[in-house]
Amino acid sequence: MKKHESVASKHMRERDEMFRDLRRLDRRQFIKAASAAAGFAAASGLVTPHSFSTINVADAAPGDGGQGGFRIAYISDSHLYDKTVNDRFVRALLRAVDDVNALDPQPDFVLYGGDIAQLGQPKELELGAEILKNLKAPVRMVVGEHDWYLDMGEKWRELFGEPNYSFDHKGVHFVVLNSVVEEDFWTARGLTPMQRMRTVAGLDNSGQNPFTVGAAQREWLKNDLAKLPVTTPLVVFSHSPLYKLYKPWNFWTDDADQVQAILRRFRQVTVIHGHTHQLLTNRIGNIDFHGLLSTAWPWPYAPEGLPELTVQMNRPDPFNPQDGCGVGEVAVNPDGVVDKLYRLWNRNPVTVSSAYMRSRGRKDRPKSPNRDGY
Amino acid sequence: MKTIQSALTPRRPARPTAPRPAPQMAISALLLVPALLLLPALCASCSGKQGSSAADPGPNQAGAMPAEGDKSASNNSNEIDVLLCDGETKIAVDPATAQSREQGQAIADALMTQWKRANGDQAWEESVTRAHPNIPPPADNSELIAANTQGEGHAYGNFDERDVRTWERETTRFVREGAAVFHDGDALGSTIAVSCDMCHPDAANTHPETYPKFQTQLGRVVLLRDMINWCLQHPVRAPAMAPDDPRMRAMEAYIVAQRKGKTLNYGRH
Repeated sequence: MKKHESVASKHMRERDEMFRDLRRLDRRQFIKAASAAAGFAAASGLVTPHSFSTINVADAAPGDGGQGGFRIAYISDSHLYDKTVNDRFVRALLRAVDDVNALDPQPDFVLYGGDIAQLGQPKELELGAEILKNLKAPVRMVVGEHDWYLDMGEKWRELFGEPNYSFDHKGVHFVVLNSVVEEDFWTARGLTPMQRMRTVAGLDNSGQNPFTVGAAQREWLKNDLAKLPVTTPLVVFSHSPLYKLYKPWNFWTDDADQVQAILRRFRQVTVIHGHTHQLLTNRIGNIDFHGLLSTAWPWPYAPEGLPELTVQMNRPDPFNPQDGCGVGEVAVNPDGVVDKLYRLWNRNPVTVSSAYMRSRGRKDRPKSPNRDGY
Repeated sequence: MKTIQSALTPRRPARPTAPRPAPQMAISALLLVPALLLLPALCASCSGKQGSSAADPGPNQAGAMPAEGDKSASNNSNEIDVLLCDGETKIAVDPATAQSREQGQAIADALMTQWKRANGDQAWEESVTRAHPNIPPPADNSELIAANTQGEGHAYGNFDERDVRTWERETTRFVREGAAVFHDGDALGSTIAVSCDMCHPDAANTHPETYPKFQTQLGRVVLLRDMINWCLQHPVRAPAMAPDDPRMRAMEAYIVAQRKGKTLNYGRH
């Protein structure tokens, strides 16, 4: 027996169908439709924006997760200083918020992947919180090391709450971890809070300890997951990748093996992490890992240990401001495997699809770069 | 009081923003201290000018040696001031306690301790070393001092251990100065608190081995320093540096050091 469908529901359903059909257009049909639209725009006296470049919209669509799935958007690693110190990173985050607000339909929520501040200062964190309030969709926060090590998370918790929490959304269980817990290196050396912050803020600064999730949070995670059946699709948000990629830059979580062991019994787990500022894909056992883009600057790839599934992005162009930066979307399928869209600001978007992940890289491989790092 | 300037030479930084290197404790300089103390003019009158530098750390900061000052001077008119070559750091010494090499060393150590206290950034090299312990070292030249490689009767090419140690120490320090500038937005002159390491951790993706090359965006063949200046003016928003700016020279040294072992391949894009 079909339920009553309101006018609003009908409108939304029809619109969704239209968008789904649009994505099924092949390239020739798309160009035809796009030229018609451009012709219409020209005839109406509209001007194509300065930054307009031809992108393949059919590729750009991350999908909607199919029947029962859903879509989230992400912004990450904005590294804000106070706006009187640095307007560049502030503008980038504003651009990201505009991009996400322009998504139609809107995502179910927005993941913020950590490092909203550069030096963990109250002004930086407050500015970040203020800008993120402009997002139409609700925001889920992850904490990064740049947010934490000035006051050990005091201001961040005041603004955003506890750094580890979990929630359920449309049949998927989400867990958020604080993966940037470092053992005390500052007391013995007598560092001031700002010296501690600056040490941690240096990606290549070896005067710090590796990131961990820590025993307390691992215990919390065990308890949080205890009652879930193994078939529950699980998505974990963290700042650092929950595996061991490259220790000198803390592309690394020191107790990753123990965290992965806790997640092992589930059929499908997806970890989405910030910190690495680049396209980064990995799979270990039952766990998929996806990185996030930064809005502030891209990182080069680590000189060793790149995961096999990762298709690199081309090295960033120093003459092209914000190249290699961007935002993105994640379409969560009902089984917990995601289609991960990297919406690079000055380039064609890249989708790392669920088909690519399910086939362990055999199918639907993203386009390879032709100019990787030196 | 007679004032004697020691031969210890604290190196002055080339720029106020650059880290200040600590003075060198060369053996020969230390040996000069007792030698100077044995001069006949040791028992001079107590007319030495009182150190008045703001950086003067005051009494009881000169380690085991007696503190310099009117009081101690009046207590013992035999004391003389031993002055570090910065012209400011000094301690009063009773010549009777400055006869042996060990005593000379103690005086030198006390002067250095005092200088380090007065110069708060003296630990810059230690902190750079802690933060960046894995910068590739300069070439090992120890084979040049092996006994069988010493030429006979050649004026040039015969090196001793001290040569090799000096090269290694000075080159490493220069590279570390570069690392300090590279990681410091203030030293770079950034108006937006941005430093090079934000995009180039461990100087990754700087590829100094690919220069010179034609850079269309700059309309000419560029060297590494031209790209450094481009980055300074754009992402870093700092004034460009002169090619012989000590910060530029040190940064080039650091970047090249980080790419040790890469094959030179100028013109590569």
